[in-house]
This record gives sequence, structure tokens and C-alpha cells, in this order.
Amino acid sequence: MDLVLTPHVKTPNGFTLDFYTKQGGYEALRKALAMTPDAVVDIVKASGLRGRGGAGFPTGVKWQFVDKKSPKPKYICCNADESEPGTFKDHVLMERNPHLLFEGCLIACHAIGAKVAYIYIRGEFYHVQEVLEAELAKARAAGFIGKNIFGTGFDCEIYVHRGAGAYEAGEETALIESLEGKRAQPRLKPPFPAIAGLYGCPTAVNNVETLCNVPPIITNGPEWFAALGPEKNGGPKLYCLSGHVKKPGTYEAPMHVTMRELIYDPKYGGGIRGDRKLKAVIPGGSSVPILLPHQLDIPASFDGVASAGSMLGSAGIIVMDETTCMVWAAENLLYFYKHESCGKCTPCREGGAWLHNLLGRIERGEGHMKDIDLLLSVANNIMGKTLCAFGDAAATPVLTTVQLFREEYEAHVREGRCTLPADWRAASRTLAAH
Amino acid sequence: MWIDDTMSFHPLMDYGRAHHQSSRSMADEGPAFEYTAEALATLEDICSRYPAEQRKSAILAAIYLAQRQQGYISRNAMKAVAAAIRCTTADVEDVVSFYTMFYQRPVGRHVLQVCRTLSCALNGAERVTAELQAVLGIAPGQTTADGEFSLFEVECLGACDRAPVVGVNDHWHECQKPEDARALVDGLKAHGAAGLTGCHLHVEKA
Repeated sequence: MDLVLTPHVKTPNGFTLDFYTKQGGYEALRKALAMTPDAVVDIVKASGLRGRGGAGFPTGVKWQFVDKKSPKPKYICCNADESEPGTFKDHVLMERNPHLLFEGCLIACHAIGAKVAYIYIRGEFYHVQEVLEAELAKARAAGFIGKNIFGTGFDCEIYVHRGAGAYEAGEETALIESLEGKRAQPRLKPPFPAIAGLYGCPTAVNNVETLCNVPPIITNGPEWFAALGPEKNGGPKLYCLSGHVKKPGTYEAPMHVTMRELIYDPKYGGGIRGDRKLKAVIPGGSSVPILLPHQLDIPASFDGVASAGSMLGSAGIIVMDETTCMVWAAENLLYFYKHESCGKCTPCREGGAWLHNLLGRIERGEGHMKDIDLLLSVANNIMGKTLCAFGDAAATPVLTTVQLFREEYEAHVREGRCTLPADWRAASRTLAAH
Repeated sequence: MWIDDTMSFHPLMDYGRAHHQSSRSMADEGPAFEYTAEALATLEDICSRYPAEQRKSAILAAIYLAQRQQGYISRNAMKAVAAAIRCTTADVEDVVSFYTMFYQRPVGRHVLQVCRTLSCALNGAERVTAELQAVLGIAPGQTTADGEFSLFEVECLGACDRAPVVGVNDHWHECQKPEDARALVDGLKAHGAAGLTGCHLHVEKA
């Protein structure tokens, strides 16, 4: 398959407006503006495009839900708060193909009747934001953004909004809260953003990669897009490979590609570093259940990974080799969730800290056998009991590692030490008070 | 009762004692603070991106501008932010204390932020932190006596393919090896941000 989203990421100056327009850039916008908004929504619905942020919800349906009859302004919020551990695809798109994102934002605005799109970018991506702002200014000067675009009477602005360090801001209602100048904490749903989102107005929140798929769909048609991948999993997909692979990086592939190919094929990950044995794979960002080495012959699609009992999520594939202690890995992730919990729901705020402390105790060799069941008990009391998916995300690393590697937990307790102290870890570590 | 003999937490765990104490601390009053005219002009430009009645949307930008000017957010800075955004100081404190990128006390000229989350940790981030600690003589969360360096462990920076990543102020320094810690520190001392070799800074030269 020819690359759709990332053909020019390594081309010098491939991110500039000049280069983009020479490749036929902003022609999809011209084509979309000649259609009615409903026709654009129908095309995106027919393509079967599913949200690339993690949930895989059909984008066209999300846009259709936007309350167009409302007298209030409508908004597109682009979720560029890429914070899921193991995920770094949106960053590549924004840094190396920013105009594709702008074009996607503009078409989305046309589709839902919005005049403004906000790109909410995480604060740590400052160097990416500089690229975005500079290219935005060029696109504005060239008349692709602003008043009366292409003489069609369509006015649209795109603004970059910088976050300030909060994983939770990636949750769509928390992102909206943060855009409104508050703490990034999720809202009770319903009402969904499509009815009452930013400033109480109808809003669609879409991931960067999702919006980047829109211009090629308009250009090439929904059938082309659907045919690129397995049924209901059409289009190109970006995969983020990290951890113990030989060639970590962002790779574009149709969703026919299998997990095993992504990890072992020389085109992608190229196998396990040092040719060690594979132990475990987290296929969709740190919040999803682990896949074992024998489960990798599945399409790396939304439905393929779901059939193996996990989730494609944000397609952040974290590979762990045989030297990785699973208790340590779970402790590492739970420190993240404890630190990043927004504090709104008690099960997540309190439970995450309890889980991290229990894991730390077992990892240090001070745990009791009873602690293992206690972990499950606490995790199950978080699962499904919070306003947003963060609680489930925090419980999952614990549930999945205890379920699959219980003997490792027991060995830690029995021997009173970490049974797999890899040489790439620090001998002793001091974590900063948080 | 849900906590009984079979479900007791370890008596040595200090969690219960520490956790339920409020860790809230008031920000230092700090020196007198006033935005520069340039900062105020930038802020007005940013405010114009939001509906006029939604000025509060620019609060993060206003705090960033104050932090760029003073290096951290003191109580006086919070008051200036509140005046500029037309909200209360409590609103500002609420936001400042939530987001990790705002500093409530002075930090060093170079703020080193080692990503400690899984993908970086799998590639040796723990050892990078340990080496930087040894080279700088400070623990994570501290600043060197000469005010040159602060060291933090931070959560996933979103560059896991170039692990381990060290954030240096607004830049990334990627593929950091533990043994290169001294070179990173010396490079920053000698050349400032120009001493960084992070790949994102060099992508156009490839």
C-alpha cells in the first residue's frame, strides 16, 4: 500500500505549505466545500472511519450527533493531547504533515457547521506547536484559513491551544474543561459534547490522526478508504512501536497487518532487541490488557485485537522481552496512573494510590500472599466505577499482570525480592515526592 | 466491615498516615510582579482567539507568560494573572496547582525532565536519572545550589520510540544513554540549548 498519511515525513521541508500544495494539498477542502455539510458527513460515515484516539467510535456518526439545529456556535476540538504511554503518532503527523491536519479540521468544521477549530496540544509538545503556529500563519496568508475560503463564503479559523501537563486532558470532556480554563477533569455524561460541549455548545472532539484521514477520504472516496483494511477497519493506521524492539518508531500500515508482523517484520519493528525472547505486548497504549507471544497472529485492527481480549486503543505497542519483571512493569504504570489521576472520582484517586503502594511493597520483597488478592479486589473496585475511562485504565495493568503472571507475583512474595532485576534498571531508586 | 483480618493492609505501610494529611501549601508571595507590555499584548492576541465572554480560556497562556517572565508562579504572579484574565486568584491557584508544567517555586536555568514511564524505563530511564543525580549531586525534585539545573522525573513525554527522553526546558533530548549524562550536563553548561543533540532538532539536516 502507498503511504497515505506519512509519505513525506522524511522528506526535507515536507511539512511546508509549499510542498503540501504541490502534492495537491487543500484540493480535498475545495471539493468538500462544493458539497453540502450533510453530504460530507455521509461520505465519512460510508468510509467507516473510526476514531484513532482510542475508542474507535465511528467519526461520521459522531459528527451526525452534533446538534446542527442549535442556535449556538458549533466547535471542532482536535485532541492533540497525545499522552497515552507508548503513543507518539500524532506528534509525527503534526510535526511533519501539519497541513493535512489543518485541512481535516477545516473539512470537519464545514461538516458540522463550525467556524472555529481548536487544536488542543499537550504542553510538552512545544517544539511541535512552533511548527503548527508557523504553518498556520502561512495557510492563513494563502487564504486556506480565514474569511470566505475559496470564495465560497465559508469562514473558518483554526487556533492552537497549549495544555500544561495533564494526561487527563486527553479525555474529551476533560479537554473541553481545560480549554475553558479550568482543571482538566471529566464531566458527567450525558449530555455528550455533541449536544453541550465547549462553552455549552455542540462540539465534536476528534483525534489528530482521525482528522488527518478525512482529506484522503474526500479525495479518493469512501469505498477506497474502506477497501484499504479489513471490514469495518478501513483506512491506513499509524502504529507506535516502542520498548524492546530493534527498530522502534511510527509505522503506517493497513489494519490487515498482524501484531506479529509489526513486531518481527524487518519493515517494522524488526524483532526483539538482542534477539531475546518476547515476554509480553501491550497493544494499545498502557491502558489495555497484555497480549502473550502466542496471541500475536491477529490483525492489528480494532476488531482483531478485541477478538484476542484486548484493545487496539491508541495503537501504542509496547514490547517487553524476557528480562522484564511484570510486577515492576505494573508498578511503573501504576505510578503513572496515581500521579495523573485528576482526583475527581474517589475510586480512581484513592484506589490508584493504594494499588501503587501494594505493588511497590511486593516489588521490594515486602509483600504478603494476601496482597495479590487485595490487588485484584482494589482494582475491581475501580473498574467501571468512575466518570471516565481513566479508572479502568488504571485497574487494567494490575488485573492483566496478575491474571497472566501470577506466579511471578508469588515468587516475589516467597523469595522476598524482585526475581527479575534487569540490568537496564537502576540498582536502587529514589522517586521524587509527587 | 470491608477491612477485616483477611483484608488488612500491611502494618508497615505508611500510606494511611501520610495520605490523609493535606499536602496543600500556599504559594510564596514572591517579588512584586507586573506583566511586561509585550506580554500583555501577546495575551490580548491570545484572548482574541476565544469568544469575548470566555476570556478564562486564555488562563493557561497567561500563566505561561508569567512563568516565562519570572521563572515560576508566585502568589503575586497569580494575582497578576487573575487581574489580566478577570477571574479570582483562587481560580488561578486552582489551575496552577493542577497542571504539572507550572512551577510554584523557582527552578534552575535548565530544567531536566527525565521521562520515567514504561517505554523509557524499559530502555534504561531509571539509570539515566541515577546518573544525572550523581553528576548534578541532587535528587529528583531538587535544584543545584548555583541555580543552573533542576532535575525532575516526569510522566510519558510522547516520544517513546526515541527512549529514554529527557525534556530540557521546551526541548527534547532524545535517545539519552546513562553514560552520556555528563556530556548532556557539560553541553548545556557550555552551549545552552545549542548543546542539545535531540533528533527533532536535526530532522531537516538528514
